[in-house]
Amino acid sequence: MHMATTLTINGETKSFDAPPDMPLLWVLRDILGMTGTKFGCGIAQCGACTVHVDGKAVRSCVLPVSAVSNRTVTTIEHVGSTPAGAKVQKAWLEAEVIQCGYCQSGQIMAAAALLAATPHPDDSDIDAAMAGNICRCGTYVRIREAIKQAANGRQS
Amino acid sequence: MNELDRFSRRSLLTGGLAAGFLLAFHLPLRAAVNEPVQPRDTTDGRFAPNAFIRIDETGRTVLMMPQVEMGQGTYTSISAVLAEELDADWSKVEVQHAPPNDKLYGNPTFGLQVTGNSNSIRAWWTPLRKAGATARAMLVQAAAAEWGVESANCTASKGEVAHAASGRKLAYGALALAAQGQTPPKDVALKDPKDFVIIGQPLKRLDTPDKVNGKAVYGIDAILPGMKFATVAACPVFGGKVGKVDDSAAVKLPGVRKVVVLDDMVAVIGDHMWAAKKGLEALKIAWNEGPNAGITTRDIWDDLRKASQKDGAVAKSDGDIAKALASGDRFEAAYELPFLAHASMEPINATVHVKPDSCEIWTGTQIMTRVQSEAAKAAGLPIDKVIVNNHLLGGGFGRKLEPDMVVAAVKIAKQVDYPVKVVWTREEDIQHDVYRPVYRDQITASLVDGKVSGWKYKVAGSAVLARWLPPAFQKGIDIDAVDAAVDAPYDFANFHVEYVRAEPLSVPTGFWRGVGPNNNVFAVECAMDELARKAGKDPIEFRKSMLTKNPRMLAVLNQVAEKSGWGQPLPPRVGRGVCVQPSFASFIATVVEAEIDDIGEITLRRVTSVVDTGIAVNPDTVKAQIEGGLIFGLTAALYGEITIEKGRVQQSNFHDYRMMRINETPKIEVIVVKSGEAPGGIGEAGVNAGPPALRNAILAATGVTLRRLPIDRKLLAVGKKA
Repeated sequence: MHMATTLTINGETKSFDAPPDMPLLWVLRDILGMTGTKFGCGIAQCGACTVHVDGKAVRSCVLPVSAVSNRTVTTIEHVGSTPAGAKVQKAWLEAEVIQCGYCQSGQIMAAAALLAATPHPDDSDIDAAMAGNICRCGTYVRIREAIKQAANGRQS
Repeated sequence: MNELDRFSRRSLLTGGLAAGFLLAFHLPLRAAVNEPVQPRDTTDGRFAPNAFIRIDETGRTVLMMPQVEMGQGTYTSISAVLAEELDADWSKVEVQHAPPNDKLYGNPTFGLQVTGNSNSIRAWWTPLRKAGATARAMLVQAAAAEWGVESANCTASKGEVAHAASGRKLAYGALALAAQGQTPPKDVALKDPKDFVIIGQPLKRLDTPDKVNGKAVYGIDAILPGMKFATVAACPVFGGKVGKVDDSAAVKLPGVRKVVVLDDMVAVIGDHMWAAKKGLEALKIAWNEGPNAGITTRDIWDDLRKASQKDGAVAKSDGDIAKALASGDRFEAAYELPFLAHASMEPINATVHVKPDSCEIWTGTQIMTRVQSEAAKAAGLPIDKVIVNNHLLGGGFGRKLEPDMVVAAVKIAKQVDYPVKVVWTREEDIQHDVYRPVYRDQITASLVDGKVSGWKYKVAGSAVLARWLPPAFQKGIDIDAVDAAVDAPYDFANFHVEYVRAEPLSVPTGFWRGVGPNNNVFAVECAMDELARKAGKDPIEFRKSMLTKNPRMLAVLNQVAEKSGWGQPLPPRVGRGVCVQPSFASFIATVVEAEIDDIGEITLRRVTSVVDTGIAVNPDTVKAQIEGGLIFGLTAALYGEITIEKGRVQQSNFHDYRMMRINETPKIEVIVVKSGEAPGGIGEAGVNAGPPALRNAILAATGVTLRRLPIDRKLLAVGKKA
């Protein structure tokens, strides 16, 4: 059964038909054509699909779209308009974190949520916030460094 | 025949192959075809001197990438090589994926348009420098003609030609049209490496800005008008077929469009992935599991252990091995490595639109032309009716050296008239991979006066190359499986390497990042540590005594000893382990420091790698590849194992096929040595280093001699003996 759903995504109101149990990930990718959010595992194990719902990092691959109506969704396409997201994106490029980049939408969303809540995270804060995001290329050393750079401004 | 053409033929027929055998993994092909030249592009306003360079009237410089970008940074490094000799304005460089064309873009080592074996820069280093230099010479000639001066009195820099005597300058864009009419020079001089201005700089990658904002487009992100979405279930038993499919419930689900039954796979097409997944779950499929339904990992190991007792084909033999092994202090060990899945973060996918007279494909692949030809067969069309649009790869690691996912997608798309995006679930990806083969490596050695006097190394395992590139499998030897066995860095007077081909029952095998050297470096470096103990020597001092003829290796080993704090005291159950490797024509020494707690759990404390990869085109990328490669290899050592029960892969997703995460990641220091030698390969080298260095650290910390991967924690608990 499809039903009309209305969501606020990246500051815009979007209306579409989707089954209520359809995960937000597939709504974003396959209905709305917003492919920046990635499919990695489908069981909330890898974090590639991370988006913000009301500013918190969540795994969109297991989040039924019906659970986010009337909530504010932010994706990688728009996170640069938040102060923490912009800082993270800049630091990611300065530290040249990225290799294949497929997991990095999720990494950046997780890091932006971390910095918005904890502007000066220590290593254990970073571990706690980022351990749900797998990077198969192994960019973890630089992710850690970039989060610290983003928190502290421009130093390496 | 112009300069590039002539050059490439010469290099391949003589230098390319001859030099090739000195390096890792070079294939005895009849004659690799590589002609980096194409008919002049006559589009007005563009300078297109060869297959790689396009400069338009605005100076926009588009470089065509013969190799694919899967995270290893090759788009930036290849661009740097071209731009260096072209004297391009780096800020105006843009890259494009090359279309499939072995003649124009075939990797000079393979004669195929393939990205693998860490050889993009090694293979293209000279051809692309020549391509850039030839284009620069034509731009200079055009400017000289315009000014009525000698080319020799003009210089090029940052996308401009200058005539110092008159102070005149012309930008490449302004010269594009005139350069197009110039004759390419017969012989073009290449720069002295000391004059490089782009190569050797820590360049910002060209592909990363779009990877921070969701704009980068991977194969899985292709969107086409009218496109539908499919997901698949393949027979869970290798080699099994589809029996009966009851789709009565599935086709009633909203959003489900069609059920497609192939020989060994069923697909559901829907309005989106969710509908396709729900549809697939609603199918009742009876499989004809076939003869492999009873196979277990134990059967495969029994077979391999038995096969490894046979004499193998001799890959290399120096001195008198029988005599050497008959004297001295004898050592024997066997090392065993498991099946591994690739688990690229981007799950397997391909988007295909089949029309009556054409087939168009959107995907990310490491083998452009093979995908094209295999898709043509599946579509029943001539090759030239198949268009392949390559994309960024969300990891490759060797999985995308196979065309199977594209072939399956073509077969599915043939059943409908709209484009279909076929995406495998992670479970399908893990359970229908081509796996890194199981290997059993036996080393027999003798020690005389604290040094190895005889070294016999027998590798037993699957010959991936025999399937993947049959002409390269000669005399019963898989040159990949013995690559770093034959190239062992040490000075062993009596040295013998054999290979036994042993294909695992039913399980398909393929290349996996680090390829053959993964098993070789592991076995060699584990054995060297055990031999050092037997000789009563420090592991690094022991290795050094047999590296006196290998100055580059010796230098990185000395440096890693210093940088890692080798020899400095450590707390109980903390150890350091070393690994020395000659893989992919890079010289790397690594020290891992690890702590093993009372129940055998492992904490990685610190990793130090010193890398001499010759000229580092982009030193920051070299560092990044070693950092990432170390984590890739250490992940396998800590967790990686695919097991088979009832003919099926038992693992399915990241909960039971684990990956290292940020909280487990140690401090990693990578030091890239300055060198003027030709560039080596780097994308896979780091993977080789981690497992033996960690295993040797565990040996130092606990005294437990592990000879299998992944690491068995039970053997490391206090009071246990291996």
